[in-house]
Amino acid sequence: MAIEFKPSPSLPPPVNSVGAVAWVRQNLLSSPLNILLTLFSFYVLYLLLPPVIEWGFINATFSGASKADCTGTGACWAFIGVYFDQFMYGLYPSEETWRINLALILLVMLIGTFAVKTVNKLYLSIGIIVVYPVIAYFLFAGGVFGLEVVETSLWGGLFLTTLLGVVGIVASFPLGVLLALGRQSSMPIAKSVCIVFIETVRAVPLITILFMASVMIPLFLPEGMNFNKLLRVLIGITLFSAAYMAEVIRGGLQAIPKGQYEAADASGLTYWQSMILVILPQALKLVIPGIVNTFIGLFKDTTLVYIVGMFDLLGRIQAATHDSSWLGTTIEGYAFAGFVFWAACFGMSRYSMRIERKLETGHKRN
Amino acid sequence: MSDKTTSSNKSFLNDAGNRALIFQIILLAVVVFVGYYLFSNLQANLANQGISTGFAFLNQPAGFPVLIHLIDYTEADTYGRAFVVALINTIVISLMGIVLATIIGVVMGLARLSNNWLVARLATVYVETLRNIPLLLQMFFWYFAVLATLPIPKNSFIFGGFFLNKRGIYSPNPIVQDGFGMVIAGFVLSIVASIALIVWAKKRQTRTGVWFPAYWTSLGVIFVITFLALVVSGFPIEFDLPQKSRFNVTGGMVLPPEFVAVLVALSTYTGAFIAEIVRAGILSVNWGQTEAARSLGLKDSLTQRLIVLPQALRVIIPPLTSQFLNLAKNSSLGAAIAYPELVAVVMGTTLNQTGQAIENIGLCMLVYGTLSLTISVFMNWYNKKMSLTER
Repeated sequence: MAIEFKPSPSLPPPVNSVGAVAWVRQNLLSSPLNILLTLFSFYVLYLLLPPVIEWGFINATFSGASKADCTGTGACWAFIGVYFDQFMYGLYPSEETWRINLALILLVMLIGTFAVKTVNKLYLSIGIIVVYPVIAYFLFAGGVFGLEVVETSLWGGLFLTTLLGVVGIVASFPLGVLLALGRQSSMPIAKSVCIVFIETVRAVPLITILFMASVMIPLFLPEGMNFNKLLRVLIGITLFSAAYMAEVIRGGLQAIPKGQYEAADASGLTYWQSMILVILPQALKLVIPGIVNTFIGLFKDTTLVYIVGMFDLLGRIQAATHDSSWLGTTIEGYAFAGFVFWAACFGMSRYSMRIERKLETGHKRN
Repeated sequence: MSDKTTSSNKSFLNDAGNRALIFQIILLAVVVFVGYYLFSNLQANLANQGISTGFAFLNQPAGFPVLIHLIDYTEADTYGRAFVVALINTIVISLMGIVLATIIGVVMGLARLSNNWLVARLATVYVETLRNIPLLLQMFFWYFAVLATLPIPKNSFIFGGFFLNKRGIYSPNPIVQDGFGMVIAGFVLSIVASIALIVWAKKRQTRTGVWFPAYWTSLGVIFVITFLALVVSGFPIEFDLPQKSRFNVTGGMVLPPEFVAVLVALSTYTGAFIAEIVRAGILSVNWGQTEAARSLGLKDSLTQRLIVLPQALRVIIPPLTSQFLNLAKNSSLGAAIAYPELVAVVMGTTLNQTGQAIENIGLCMLVYGTLSLTISVFMNWYNKKMSLTER
């Protein structure tokens, strides 16, 4: 009579290889050096965290109308509350700020429409890129439909930061594509013009470009013709980021296999047809993370307009911390600005990672 | 992309080669015309405003102080000398920043890969915080929020010979006495001896396979010979220690707060980017390489130094070069907190006083262009040296 083999039930894993204790042993205490590092890290945390939490939350004053209300030994967040409107809109008249908010809501709604499947995405894109800026411009500047005129010198705060960043990136994008195509082209003159432009701009700091925009452009224009400082700075920022954008896009163009170019040629497409229909869509998709990185860099760099005398978010905060009735609120101001910039940039970088994963087509090795 | 297609039934304009030619002629004409137009406007404007062109102003007395100067400079000196002072300030801060940022970046990059969970998290927080906040904000933070809130000189923090207060960091200043030449000679001699030793050790290793700890030995040789020279010549060096006087700290070497703020901000900010580059570089080396090295019996330290690092460097160097370039260019932000570098002195004060916009901005762009070019030439040479040599 055959005895049926019955495996005995598996033993549970050894206690010291699962659970919290094992995790701690493996990740924090695996070797003498590791133990030392863990102790060191705890020491760093001990030095940093308690004072920051105490200062920022426990002993902080959150509301109030003047410095006198800040009686605690911690942060005086009331300062941010009092100046909040200035940080957001600069010196834009407070009864007109609804125009900025309206433009923002409009933009969010337009972008949200992308999620609706039945909408024609081409028309929507054209609407956002061509029609929306016109509407937004008239909303911001006024002068039509009975809207009060608001001088651009009053624009500031986070509004100006965003405006510089968004206009810079949107305007530099087509220019960057053209420069990248020019650099890859077989026409020697077109190629050298593009290379000289790209390399010159990339070799100098943004500040020199901004100084050029604010000091030198007027010298190059005919007598009597002069335009607004904001516009000059926007031109400077656009040219600057176009050079960087061009290099990002060039990377994408180089990554497209030669067969794609040949196939497009063989199909009888003209140069522009093959670029617009075959090459660029593939190339741009590859470099979306690079484009987002350029945008993050540009968004942070917009703070430099403070040096040529414009008051973006950082500039407004810098001005507010020098207000004599709020002395000693410097750290609060920087913490607020730091948080706003951090949240925006970190969010964008995470978003670009998500896109990267979503567009992953399996071409990648490993 | 467009190859010449010659076909008899095509008209002149349909030929790709001809079209390219026509397009380029138009492009060239536009560039030349725009250039000419801008230049003629410029000349007219300069004539209207009575600004003379040229670099003659560089020989005129500047009349403004430059607070941080490594070579002698007074208000009576020329604009040209002020320019040189600013140039030195820019180069010094860039080089020191590059060295510090590389150290921070390598340490943080390795820390992110550490198998200690806590260390890796702390390094991640460091990287993600610093690289997502504008550099200018960080400079303001160090300058206005940290260094400006230090105590006045009377109540300086004191660590050993170092004083820390609102006016900067005071450190002992070494002053060379007679007979220091001997020490230098000893130092140079020991370096020559070490190089010879390393060459000999390498040759012997290729010939016989016997290994000799040349680097440690040379370190010892340099130390011993230099120390002996110091003893023989009777320690010809004195330290000028910072002294606390009634209201101030005198003596010693001073690192002004502007300098410290720019240096700290530049190196920690760029360090965060370098950390990511280092991490990506090390991760790019196939794990099999480490396993192979271990199975050959190499120690972990040797595995890192001989197997992983050389391969990682190939991935690391090109993006590292752009970070160095960024750092050098970002040193221009020092202008915002009154560190007297190129932009502050030349495009700020000099431009305002002389009105010579074209010359001053041109000069600045030229310097930054040259600086960028020098860094990238050097890094490309290094890259070539480190690159894969295939047989």
